[in-house]
Amino acid sequence: MKLKVFYDRENKEKTIELDGNMSVKDLLEKMNINPITVIVSKNDNIILEDEKLNDKDDIKIISVISGG
Amino acid sequence: MKNNNKNCCKQKPIIKLPAGKKLCNTHFTEYFENKVFKTIRQFDLIGKEENLGIALSGGKDSLTLLHLLNKLSKQNKKIKLTAILIDEGIKGYRGKTTEIAKKFCKKNKVPLKIYSFEEEFGISLDDMLKTLDVKPCTICGIFRRYLLNKKSKELKFTKLATGHNLDDETQSILMNQFKNNIQASARLGPKSGVKDNKNFVQRIKPLYLCAEKEVATYAFVNNLLDNFTECPNILKSYRAQVRDMLNNFELKNEGTKHAIANSFLDILPKLKEKFKDGKINFCKKCGEPSAKEKCNKCKLIDKMKKSEKK
Repeated sequence: MKLKVFYDRENKEKTIELDGNMSVKDLLEKMNINPITVIVSKNDNIILEDEKLNDKDDIKIISVISGG
Repeated sequence: MKNNNKNCCKQKPIIKLPAGKKLCNTHFTEYFENKVFKTIRQFDLIGKEENLGIALSGGKDSLTLLHLLNKLSKQNKKIKLTAILIDEGIKGYRGKTTEIAKKFCKKNKVPLKIYSFEEEFGISLDDMLKTLDVKPCTICGIFRRYLLNKKSKELKFTKLATGHNLDDETQSILMNQFKNNIQASARLGPKSGVKDNKNFVQRIKPLYLCAEKEVATYAFVNNLLDNFTECPNILKSYRAQVRDMLNNFELKNEGTKHAIANSFLDILPKLKEKFKDGKINFCKKCGEPSAKEKCNKCKLIDKMKKSEKK
């Protein structure tokens, strides 16, 4: 499946190809992002790493590292 | 939703703590606020009557700090708050965060004082970097610390609260260790500086034991998180290298940051004793406290003036 993901640190939407039944953890691994450094939201609610994703989800990856 | 014994309740969890417990929005908010207020009590950070300054950048840490201290101030009218923002003059970065800070302070009725490098030193950080061959974060730190202390004294703050969190502190501990600069670590901890010294306004860090992800999660659920902004200079910094290393290590060894901070707190009294402030010197040029005859800020200004003449 193709998932549209907004990553705020890069300020752009990316399309990520994932196998079905993939979780947030799989998505972050695929994007090479350390889960400690981000929170992930689905339809504006925070979700944990074990949450499964589907292609209709509005996914945002929000960087938590201090900006300055 | 199934409530297994790792979940706090039947509500959907939004965070997993290092010990494995998963908390929902309500229980996490309660946990986080309790943790900050407990830190304040444990390290005696705030007294019953204070004229508190809050170093505000417009980022998630300082906004979260101001949000929580504002709650405290509403409960105790003798705790007065003023936010202070330093505009270093970093194009494409500070302008955005200053607007966020202004909006937040207006909404929450907290007075905000803004001081800029341009007005105070006659030159912005961006322009300083064109002249000086020094790492941006080093120069920025020297001028910011000077200005924050000077303005805190002028505004008669009893203490200055900063948004430093567990990640910031553990990075600093490691950076000082790696650079064999233990004396600098003696100035770390939840409460830095010397109490009742009229030359320095004591700094406090109420978010000391809160991991960066916890702060961001709290900021998110309380609508304090604005668009991500990152200082362009941090990517070149030593701190960014240590931060990334520490985050990779924490991922494989959960609890590392807490272990670093807790073991550091154990030895901190000994470090403070070993490096306790002796006689304080004052800069011959600006009159502010300095380790040597001329402070680092004045040395850098002189260096810039010399290179302008060339």
